[in-house]
Amino acid sequence: MTPINQHKVNNPNNKILEVHNLVAGYIPNLNILHGCSIHVCVGEIVTILGPNGAGKSTLIKAIAGLLNVVEGHIELQGKNITGMETHRLVREGLGYVPQTENVFAKLSVAENLELGAIHHRDTMAETREKLYDLFPDLARFRNLHAGKLSGGQRQMVAVGRALMASPSLLMLDEPSAGLSPKLTQVVFQQLLKIRDSGVTILMVEQNAKAGLQISDRGYVLAEGVDRVTGDAQSLLHNPEVGELYMGGHGKSTMENVVTATTEVSEPSNGGDSA
Amino acid sequence: MQFIADGILNASLIALGALGLSMTYNVLRFANFAQGEVLAIGAYFALGAVTVIGAGVGVMGPIKFGWPLLVSIPIAIVCTSIVVLMVDYLVFRPLRNSNASRITLIMAAFGLSLMGRNLIHLFAGGDPKYFSFYIPKAIEIMPGVKMVPDDLAIIALSAIAVVSLHLFLKRTNMGRMMRAVSENPTLARINGIDLKMIIRMTWIIGTALAVTAGTLQGHIFQAKAEMGFDMLLPMFAALILGGVGNLYGTVLGALVIGLAESFAVYFDLSAYRAAVSFMIMLAVLLVRPQGLLGERE
Ligand SMILES: Nc1ncnc2c1ncn2[C@@H]1O[C@H](COP(=O)(O)OP(=O)(O)OP(=O)(O)O)[C@@H](O)[C@H]1O
Ligand SMILES: [Mg+2]
Repeated sequence: MTPINQHKVNNPNNKILEVHNLVAGYIPNLNILHGCSIHVCVGEIVTILGPNGAGKSTLIKAIAGLLNVVEGHIELQGKNITGMETHRLVREGLGYVPQTENVFAKLSVAENLELGAIHHRDTMAETREKLYDLFPDLARFRNLHAGKLSGGQRQMVAVGRALMASPSLLMLDEPSAGLSPKLTQVVFQQLLKIRDSGVTILMVEQNAKAGLQISDRGYVLAEGVDRVTGDAQSLLHNPEVGELYMGGHGKSTMENVVTATTEVSEPSNGGDSA
Repeated sequence: MQFIADGILNASLIALGALGLSMTYNVLRFANFAQGEVLAIGAYFALGAVTVIGAGVGVMGPIKFGWPLLVSIPIAIVCTSIVVLMVDYLVFRPLRNSNASRITLIMAAFGLSLMGRNLIHLFAGGDPKYFSFYIPKAIEIMPGVKMVPDDLAIIALSAIAVVSLHLFLKRTNMGRMMRAVSENPTLARINGIDLKMIIRMTWIIGTALAVTAGTLQGHIFQAKAEMGFDMLLPMFAALILGGVGNLYGTVLGALVIGLAESFAVYFDLSAYRAAVSFMIMLAVLLVRPQGLLGERE
C-alpha cells in the first residue's frame, strides 16, 4: 500500500505546533491527559489514533483552549498559547472542527461561513470564492439552514467554516464520523487539497487505515499519554499499536485491528445521505 | 372594537418587555425574573430625566409627551444598563464561572427582583409618580373607536423597536454573533467570538427594550415600584405562548395576551385579568407545546 501523499516537507525544525507534557482535565483533580506530547510540522497531515476514551478529543480541546491546562505548555507558530482564551486563538491561526455539534444548525450555510470569518472580514469574499471552488455544494446550499443538511454536507460546512478564517493549522476531530467509506474517501481527498493549499492538518481519526493513508505521521494515544509515534506507514504495521488499540489483549497489527473496528463501528454510524 | 385598540396598546408594551426577556433567555439561558425591576428602574430614571428637563416642554401637537420623554429614554437606557451590568458583574458572572445551574440563576434573579422593588420604595417612596399631568384627550380614529394620540405614538414606537431588533439580529454581524452564541456558545468561541462581549451586549439590548416599555408605560399610566413585577406574568406568557426564541412568536404572543387582558377588562372581568392570560397560555401549550410559532426541538 503506497501513501497517496508523496510530498515530504516535514522538516522537524519547522514546527507549527508543539505540545509538551500536557496535563489537563475537565474537572479539578481529575486529569484526563497525563503528560501528553505531540508536535506537527508545517505542511504535514498528522493523525491521532487511539481507543475510545483515550483522550484524543480532550487533547484537541486542550489545544483549543477549552480546558484548564494543569501542567505543560502549547506553542503555536513559536508563540506560547498555553491558557490563551479560545476566542483569541482564531487570530493566532488555529482552526478547529469539533467532533460533534460543529455547525450552527439554525443558521444558514452562508451565515455559518460568515461566522468563520468574523476576524477576517476584509478577505472574506475572496476566501469564500476559493471555498466554493473546493466545495461546490456549499455554494448550492448557501441559503439552507445547516441543520437541514445530511451528515456529509454538514461536515463540509464545518470544515468550510473553519477555513474561512484562513488558518495555518486546522484541527479536525473525526472528520469521517458518520460518513460512508466512500464519502470518507471524498472528504479525505479534499483534506489533501486543503493541505496542498498551504494548511497544516492535525486530525483525530477512528478510521485509522483511511486516516493514515493520507497522513505523514501519526500518534497513538492511550490513557491520556502518547504511547507510540512514527510515520504513517510504520504505524500501520506496528504490532504494539494493535495491542494498544485492543487494550493490551490483542496480538495483531494495526491493519487487522482496523478492519475489525471499522466493521464493528459502521452500523452505528447511521450512514449519511449525501 | 374599542377593546381591540386598547389591547394593541397593551400588547405593544408587553411585546417590548417580552422581547427583552427573550434576549436574556436565549443568550444567557435563564429566565430573568428581575426583568420587571429593570423595566421599573428604567421608568424611574426616565422620570428623573423628564423632571430635570422640565415636564410639559416641547409638546408635539396632539402628542403630549414631546421630546423630553423621547430624550429621557436613551438617558434611562444608559443609566439602567450601568446598573444591570454592575449586577451582572457582581452576581451573575461569579455564578456563571462556577457553572451554577439554571435554577440557581433564576433564584438569584428572584432575589434581585425583590431587592430592586424595595430599593425603589426606599429611594422614590411608595406613592405612584406621574410623568405629567395632562388630561388625555381621545380622538375618534374609527367610528366608535377612540384613542389618545399618545397611545398611537407609543404603538408606533414599539413597532419601530421590534422591527429594529429584527433587522439587528438578522442583518448585522453583531446580531449574527448573538444568534450563534444562543445556539452553541462553545462553537461560537471556537469561531473567535468573545462571549463576555456578547453577554454585555445582550444585557444592554434586553435592558433597552425593558426601559422603553417601562418609560412608555409610566407615561400613559404611572410609575410605581410594582409596575414591572405586575408585567412579569404577561411578559412570560407572551414569550412562552409565542414559542421561546421566535421573535415574531413573541410579538404574536404579546398580541394574544394584550387582547385577552383588555377583553377581560371590557367585560368587567378586571379581577381575572391575570388569570385570563394564564389560561390562554395553558390552553395553547396543551395543543402546541412548542408555542404558536416555536419549532419542535
Ligand atoms: N465534558 C467532559 N467532562 C468530563 N469528562 C469528560 C468530558 N468529555 C470527556 N470526558 C472524559 O475524558 C476521557 C477521554 O475522552 P475523550 O472524549 O477525549 O476520548 P476520545 O479519545 O476522543 O474518545 P472517542 O474515540 O470516543 O471520541 C473519557 O474518560 C471521558 O469520559
Ligand atoms: Mg473523541
